[in-house]
Amino acid sequence: MSADCNETLKELDRFLDEEISDEARQHIHGHLEGCGDCLQAYEFHAELRAAIARKCLSDEMPDGLMDRLQQCLSDPAGAMDGTGSTMDGSADPTTA
Amino acid sequence: MAEREDFAEQAMEFAPQLYSSALRMTRNQADAEDLVQDTYLRAYRSFHTFREGTNLRAWLFRIMTNAYINAYRARQRRPTETDLADVEELYLYRRLPTLQQAAGGLSAEDAFLDLFTDDEVKTALEDLPENFRLPVLLADVDGFAYKEIAEILDIPVGTVMSRLHRGRKAMQAALYDYAEARGLTRATDPAEQASQDQ
Repeated sequence: MSADCNETLKELDRFLDEEISDEARQHIHGHLEGCGDCLQAYEFHAELRAAIARKCLSDEMPDGLMDRLQQCLSDPAGAMDGTGSTMDGSADPTTA
Repeated sequence: MAEREDFAEQAMEFAPQLYSSALRMTRNQADAEDLVQDTYLRAYRSFHTFREGTNLRAWLFRIMTNAYINAYRARQRRPTETDLADVEELYLYRRLPTLQQAAGGLSAEDAFLDLFTDDEVKTALEDLPENFRLPVLLADVDGFAYKEIAEILDIPVGTVMSRLHRGRKAMQAALYDYAEARGLTRATDPAEQASQDQ
């Protein structure tokens, strides 16, 4: 195993995440074209990533949830009554 | 400034993805439904603060994650900040030959990965301690970038990266344990293998 293999395997997650510099990406890309072992490792992790996303997004929305959401938006005051809602009324919902 | 009238039109398409992610956060259907509903109510009421042209999906996830952390998590009675045992690099990949052999020589990775049921993969994620679970969920399931995850969770990018790295490895170790529990890692008996090959 070469230094390039070590570097490729170490950076594999960030490469898959598309969170590395263009230079590093091109370097790894070039290495994968010539190294069957690293290409296999790359393909496995790409498949693993895709399988996790696919399987973790496979839930069907329960009957009626979409309707309730639409209802909330057409009558937000009514929807807030009696739902056990944890609304706290803070002005900016993206902060704690 | 974003108009409330536009909210439903723009935001509803994300409901299925928010619901799936809410399930991975709360781990039960009733809380997940409440969480998604809360998220839409909060977002609707604050839609005027949403900057048009920025990422609506990330904004909705930030609202949902905060709602979860502030409200639902308190009910869960599980430790939220837990450390993980160290898991070696490329954990599942290094064990792939054993798994493939025991699974009857499946060579294609995608066929191999289909050996794991949806529930096993969901549980492997849901069982991660929360400080690791949320980054892995947001990155690997919902496809957010490190910087977006850092903003959603209000933690530094470096922390996102280290938690992702360790959370992913722990998830792979859990998947391997499921395969083992189902007998997929038993060393194949040569005689049995020979009879199967005939």
